[in-house]
Parts: sequence; structure tokens; C-alpha cells
Amino acid sequence: MITVKNISKTFNTPTGKVEVLRDISLEIARGDIFGVIGFSGAGKSTLIRCLNGLEKPDSGNIIIGENEITKLNGKELRSARKKIGMIFQQFNLFDSKTVYENIAFPLEISGYKKEAIKRRVEEILELVELSEKRDSYPLQLSGGQKQRVGIARALANDPDVLLSDEATSALDPQTTFSILELLKNINQRLSLTIVIITHELDVLRYCTNNMVVLEDGHIVEEGNTENLFLNPKSDTLKKFITITEGFQNNRKFSGGEGI
Amino acid sequence: MSNDLVKLLLVGTEETLYMVLLSSIVAFLIGVPIGVLLVVTDKGGIFPLYKVNKIAGFLINVIRSTPEIILIIILLPLSKFIVGTTLGANAAIVSISIGSAPFIARIIENSLKEVEFGKIEAAESMGATPIDIIKKVLLPEALPSIVRGITIAIIGIIGFTAIAGAIGAGGLGSLAIRFGYQRFRTDVLIGTVVILVIIVQAIQLIGDLIAKSINKKRFKFE
Repeated sequence: MITVKNISKTFNTPTGKVEVLRDISLEIARGDIFGVIGFSGAGKSTLIRCLNGLEKPDSGNIIIGENEITKLNGKELRSARKKIGMIFQQFNLFDSKTVYENIAFPLEISGYKKEAIKRRVEEILELVELSEKRDSYPLQLSGGQKQRVGIARALANDPDVLLSDEATSALDPQTTFSILELLKNINQRLSLTIVIITHELDVLRYCTNNMVVLEDGHIVEEGNTENLFLNPKSDTLKKFITITEGFQNNRKFSGGEGI
Repeated sequence: MSNDLVKLLLVGTEETLYMVLLSSIVAFLIGVPIGVLLVVTDKGGIFPLYKVNKIAGFLINVIRSTPEIILIIILLPLSKFIVGTTLGANAAIVSISIGSAPFIARIIENSLKEVEFGKIEAAESMGATPIDIIKKVLLPEALPSIVRGITIAIIGIIGFTAIAGAIGAGGLGSLAIRFGYQRFRTDVLIGTVVILVIIVQAIQLIGDLIAKSINKKRFKFE
């Protein structure tokens, strides 16, 4: 479904050149939930933004479905993007539009008729369990509800791929769990390919099948999520696991209740 | 002596309101597209055109740095060309519109730049064209801020019409100079000031109310 071949990306910053991605290659199967983990600055966000062309790699190829994203012109890229949904850490909903209008936006710009839009939006609202909030504005919603609207908006055009850029990082654990449940559910019902970028270990462990570990712009480890967690080899993953377990142990000792 | 005061002030007010209304509309029609242009063609904007952006910015600065009264004089030939005269309210509207449009452009630019980049990026990630983004994201998202900015601009235009009054535009400004200053009619002078204060207050109030009602709708909790 998604093939990334040898992409590299360098940013020019006032303090000099920063190599954010170095020769990244990966393969994501159709219907997979694929995770990318790394510390801040490892290049996760740049990688996922390359997938829908928000960022252009300096070299290498990205192929999604039949489209070679890295070769498309403006118009072709726009039409390819309609089949690649994206959700964000800060939700990025339109405050001037109601929940209904937010979800209708991608359909409007694709030129659907009013009737068709209404049918589709109502269907999606049901899927994300927000039907009763259809006339609310984003500022009137909780974080979890906002992200549900974000997901609904990303799914409105019936995409083949959903990109999640730290979509649960601004949410509390319980809400994170419910959003992940939703993503898993959608993945099964719509056989959607989902790419999840995160720095939350539990998120990966809970819902991804395969993953890569990014460190300093390159992939240091990749494979089946369960196997990687059982036998971490890279520094990043070892650190992640130690830190997370460390927190849990501390909690056990201090609170005495475990978790 | 002072029984003509009311009549003078009524005519002056009417002329001023006429000039402010028409100048605001024309300045708005010129200024808004230029403001949008400044934002979208900027580096990192949704349709970057570096040269166009620099040229537009430079022209705006030139007009904005010219003192208003000089700008009116410079634009007199244009007024003559468009409305056939250099005197009266209609002639002034040409100069005032052109003189105020750059200010409105900057205000619009300012408001649009406050829209979080993430929202624009979200629209881009859905395959929106630059036109879609301008119409359906940038302008609606910035609307409360635009309304407040336009209110400031209209109040600026009221000041502009008073200055135009000094060189034959009519209105309250001309009244204050011709009667209040040159004929020592203090009653006319005070009358014009009072009316101008009332107009400005009213416009500010209306602008605030509109901006507030937009925000209220968006923030309201059921």
C-alpha cells in the first residue's frame, strides 16, 4: 500500500543544515496499523508529512496505492490527498464551522452535492458517535470529542490511508484509549491502512501490528510490534521501555496500588 | 445668527456619512483582495509569489507614508478623470478610497496571519485548492478579527473625510474649517466635533457588537 524508498530530507535553519531524515525506506501493507516511534526531533513528523506531500523529501520516492506522491504536480497531489486522511495533535478543526460543517468541508471541496454530503456526514457522525453534537462548534467540545471530529473529517472522503500525527498526545489516558479503540474499529470495518506517529509507548503497543523506531533521522529497528517489545535492540526503544517501566515501578512503590 | 446652525450641521453630517459609506465600500473592495494577496503570496503562504508580494508591500507602504492631504492633492487628476470634477464629495471619495485601501489591506493581512497555520495545513491535507482555503478557511476563521479591523479602518476614514473637507470635499470637516475656523463660529466647531464623536462611538459600538456576536456563537455552551 505504502512504499517509501530511500527518502532524505534536510532543513536549512538559521543555525545551519539539519538532516532530519536519512535514507528512510519502509513498506506498509494494506489494512495494517503501522507505528512510528522516536524521541522528539527524531524525524517522525517530517516522515509522516512527506507521505501526503505536506513536506517534500530532497531525494527518494514515496508510493501510495497507485500514486507516486513524490512525482505528482499540484493538481494531482490535491486529488491524491483526498484519499489520504490526516489527523493532528492540535486537532486543527475550523472554529468558524460547526461539527457538521467541519466534516462536510472535505466533501464540499470535492464537489459533492448537498444531499450526498448530508448523507455521508450523518453516516460518519454515527461512526464516531457524535450525532448529537452535529450543531456544536469545536470550542464547545472536549479534547476527545474534538479528535473524534478530526477523525470524522479525515474519513469523510472515504480514504485508503489515515495518517495520525501524535493524535492522542494532547489527550488524557482514558480519552486516548477511546480514540485508539475507535481507530482500531475503523481499521477493521473499513480495512483502512493507518500510520500512527507517537511518542507514547502504550499507544503503539495497544494498536499497531508493525512498527519502526526512528533515531536521529534513520530507522534503527523495525518489525512486528510484539516482537520488538519483547526483544528491543535499539537504544531508543530500550530507553522508552525502561522509562515507562520505571514510572510504573515508582508508582507501585509510592502508591502501593500498582497499575 | 445661530438658527442656521442645525441646518449647516445636518447637511454636513449627511455629506460626511455619504463620503464615509461610499469610501469605505470602495476601499474595502480594493483593500480586501490586496490583503488576501499579501498573505497567500508570502513566503510559506499557500501560493508563494515572492516578487508579487514584495511589489504589493512596497506600493502599500508608499501610499501609507504619503500624508493624507498630499495624497488627496496628488490624486485630484484621477478624481477629475473618474467623476469629472475635483470638487465635492464624489471627488473626495476617489482619493479617500485609494488612500484608505492600503490600510485595509494591512488590517486584513494582520487578521489572516493570526489564523493558525495548522488549520491551513489541515485544509491542504484534505486536498483543498488555494481558493478553497481563502474562501472557506482563512476568511471565515479570521472574521471576528476582520470585523474589528474594519471598524478601526472606518473610523480612520472618518478622519480622512474631515481632512478632505479642508480642500473642497464638503462634510463636517469643511464646515469646521470654513465656519468654525475662518468665521470664528465656535458653535459650529463644537457642533461638528460632537457629531463626529457620536458617529465614531456608534461605529465602534456596532463593530464590537458584530464581532462579539460572532464569537458568542462559536463559544456558547449549551
